[in-house]
Amino acid sequence: MTVLIVNVLALILIAAIIWWFWLAPIKTISMTGKQIIDISVENGVYTPANIEVTANQKYTLRFLRKDPSPCAEKVLFEGIGKSLDLPLGLPVEIEIILPVAGEYGFSCDMKMYHGRLVATAQV
Amino acid sequence: MKTERFSIAGMMCAGCVSSVEKALVNVAGVKQSSVNFAEHVAQVEGDYDTGVLLKAVADAGYEASLLVTEEDETEKEAAEFEYYRNLLKKSLAAALLGVPLFIFGMAGLLPGLNNLQGQGIWFLIGLASAWVLWFSGGQFYSGAWKSFKNHNANMDTLIALGTGTAWLFSMVITVNPELVPALARHAYFEAAAIIIALINLGSALEMRARGKTSEAIKRLIGLQPKTARVIRDGKELDVAVNDVGLGETVRVRPGEKIPLDGVIIDGHSSVDESMLTGEPLAVEKNTGDEVVGGTINKTGTFLFQAKKIGSETALAQIIALVRKAQNSKPAIGKLADKIASVFVPAVLIIAVITFLLWFNFSAALVAEDMVVSYALVTMMTVLIIACPCALGLATPISIMVGVGKAAELGVLIRNGEALQQSGKLDVVVLDKTGTITQGKPTVTALIGFGSWQQNDVLKYAASLEKGSEHPLAEAIVNAAKEKGINLFEIAEFNALAGLGVSGSTDLSPVLVGNAVLMHRYNVDITAAEVQAEQLAAQAQTPVFVAINNQLAGIVSVSDPLKEDSEQAIQTLHKLGIRVVMLTGDNSHTAKAVAEQLNIDEYYAEVLPQTKEQKISMLQAQGHVVGMVGDGINDAPALARADVGFAIGTGTDVAIESADITLMRGSLNGVADAIAVSKATVRNIKQNLFGAFIYNSLGIPVAAGILFPLFGVLLNPMIAGAAMAMSSLTVVTNANRLRWFRSTGDKK
Repeated sequence: MTVLIVNVLALILIAAIIWWFWLAPIKTISMTGKQIIDISVENGVYTPANIEVTANQKYTLRFLRKDPSPCAEKVLFEGIGKSLDLPLGLPVEIEIILPVAGEYGFSCDMKMYHGRLVATAQV
Repeated sequence: MKTERFSIAGMMCAGCVSSVEKALVNVAGVKQSSVNFAEHVAQVEGDYDTGVLLKAVADAGYEASLLVTEEDETEKEAAEFEYYRNLLKKSLAAALLGVPLFIFGMAGLLPGLNNLQGQGIWFLIGLASAWVLWFSGGQFYSGAWKSFKNHNANMDTLIALGTGTAWLFSMVITVNPELVPALARHAYFEAAAIIIALINLGSALEMRARGKTSEAIKRLIGLQPKTARVIRDGKELDVAVNDVGLGETVRVRPGEKIPLDGVIIDGHSSVDESMLTGEPLAVEKNTGDEVVGGTINKTGTFLFQAKKIGSETALAQIIALVRKAQNSKPAIGKLADKIASVFVPAVLIIAVITFLLWFNFSAALVAEDMVVSYALVTMMTVLIIACPCALGLATPISIMVGVGKAAELGVLIRNGEALQQSGKLDVVVLDKTGTITQGKPTVTALIGFGSWQQNDVLKYAASLEKGSEHPLAEAIVNAAKEKGINLFEIAEFNALAGLGVSGSTDLSPVLVGNAVLMHRYNVDITAAEVQAEQLAAQAQTPVFVAINNQLAGIVSVSDPLKEDSEQAIQTLHKLGIRVVMLTGDNSHTAKAVAEQLNIDEYYAEVLPQTKEQKISMLQAQGHVVGMVGDGINDAPALARADVGFAIGTGTDVAIESADITLMRGSLNGVADAIAVSKATVRNIKQNLFGAFIYNSLGIPVAAGILFPLFGVLLNPMIAGAAMAMSSLTVVTNANRLRWFRSTGDKK
């Protein structure tokens, strides 16, 4: 009985890992009305990490790195070929325009810190 | 009270200055502010909220961004050093608990969990280790939790789960040993503590090694002088270099660094430009010559007028370009990125599967009572050994060092793609004039035919050529000037690309150019052919002069080869590269140059517009082609080539115009660029290979794949050490690129 319970629990755990990290819908914070979006980098996480913006519109992302780990010192933007060095404790900005609607990931250069920009079509 | 500098974008006219200043002074806490229109920089003093100030400028219709100052850099370095010391402190604290526990355990000096006294001692050890895990590894647990909430998983997740499982299991069996069979009653507090100690130590060492990877860019930044001696109202003042305005006069004394880019207006000196161009010899500078900020004035004193300031200077642009290139990534690293981004959840799944396999199928291999222990330990070891960081780090860290090293050698690589492509080149096409040769042709022979005297031939040729911008034309005009010949007024002038020029004086129609031009206008050059061939065989360029459609003479022009062209071509051959030369010259001259330099193949009489076609032709033959040209005339061919190299002396090249810019005039720069690219790509491959092999061997071994065959099981503490060392190894391997030497130096 114990063996069965342990096996079932382990399989549920595997399913939960797959669902939570790869399949679960992720809530985004809408920033469509803003021009400057503040993002902090602390404890291995971008906050906010999932950001909704409008496609084909210029935004300024202002990063403030509080995380002293070397992993956090750079942020790379997939799909738009941009990157930014993040000095510790100093706000730095990058201008972005996401050309078409869709998801654009951003991460540290070791791919350990993740964030997403979700561009929605202009109404 | 703080002082900050902001870059202000969007200021179109001087009137905007007052709008920005108004926005700044209205921010609560701002005591003083000044806006420099020329530099687009604002300096603000006071006790204010930087975020509020940035917003105020944005609301006024401009964009402000905080500039990193020297003090900020110092602060950053101090913060990083503090973080490094903190990591060492954390490592030491964890080791102080973990190591004695490990030694006493091995020596059998620790009590068992079979009685209350033993349980009590282990409970206290558990509490102490909880404090150590919180103090030394708190960042891993909070990072893991925050990542989890965002549906992400990273290194922190693996470390937190690995050590957390060890601690929790140990605490559970300490409190209630009956939950597991007697044999499996082993606490793993020491493993958790030692793993945390090793990971902190690894991070500290990695941080130190990482600091060295950015040395090249730090050296470039260090070239920028802090002050300049400006002449204002007849007085000489030392002012901050950022406060020097466009057009101001600056004095430079012997031994000083030149603060900005400009033109010498008085005095002369020799200037060491090696820090920017890699060229070791000092360059003579006279009135009218350009000087570049960051280079060193050697002997004389001079005054120069500032022509470029702030982010416009060559040094600032070079720094920006190198930074941009260091942040780019070639295709080779993209697979590793994809794997790294799904790696951690995949390892979590593998860890659970490992547990299940041991739990269900290990009874035949180990005592039945030990099954749970083995299942837990192997699961924990899998979590600890996996290192996605090494994978993610493999490419960017090598690019960082490789691009920086190239910059030190006077080679500016635009991006990671250019770097990867350079390593694949098998053909390099060289433009002759200015690339293989010095690009400073001089007249070496004059021949008159019929009744025409040498000086008459030169007079007609120079009169026509003064309207042309071709380097050969300049040589002919200079020769006439040297001889004191007065030139004709030209009534008509046509430049014929790749052929020469046609036109007329008041007296007669004149043609100056190559044999093709003469044939096109039906000028008979039979009488000059032998002499023209002889001149061409000596690598000179015979320029025919026809007056009234009759051959009048030859002006022979020679462009001396650069001193190191032959050696650079030899180096390219050693790198396995076929060297092809393109020239607008006649085939005899081209042949002579090609033979002298051992060039594999040449194309003569190539018109500028057909250079691009030659590149396409070579590409169609399956070659990966690099084109080396001056970056302006050769733009289409540079763009067509797989890698375009713009060659220039000093910084008189448009550094954004090519994939790779060679700041030195020497062709050795091409060999250096290719060699450093090959070395960097090789380094990336070593890193990727190492990281892949480490993970793909380490994880199965940690899962216990060797146990059924050899009875070997990896200790979780060794897994922790291996994980801590894997990233450090990648960084250390990338740092080896710092010792790359110029192909010229190896001679």
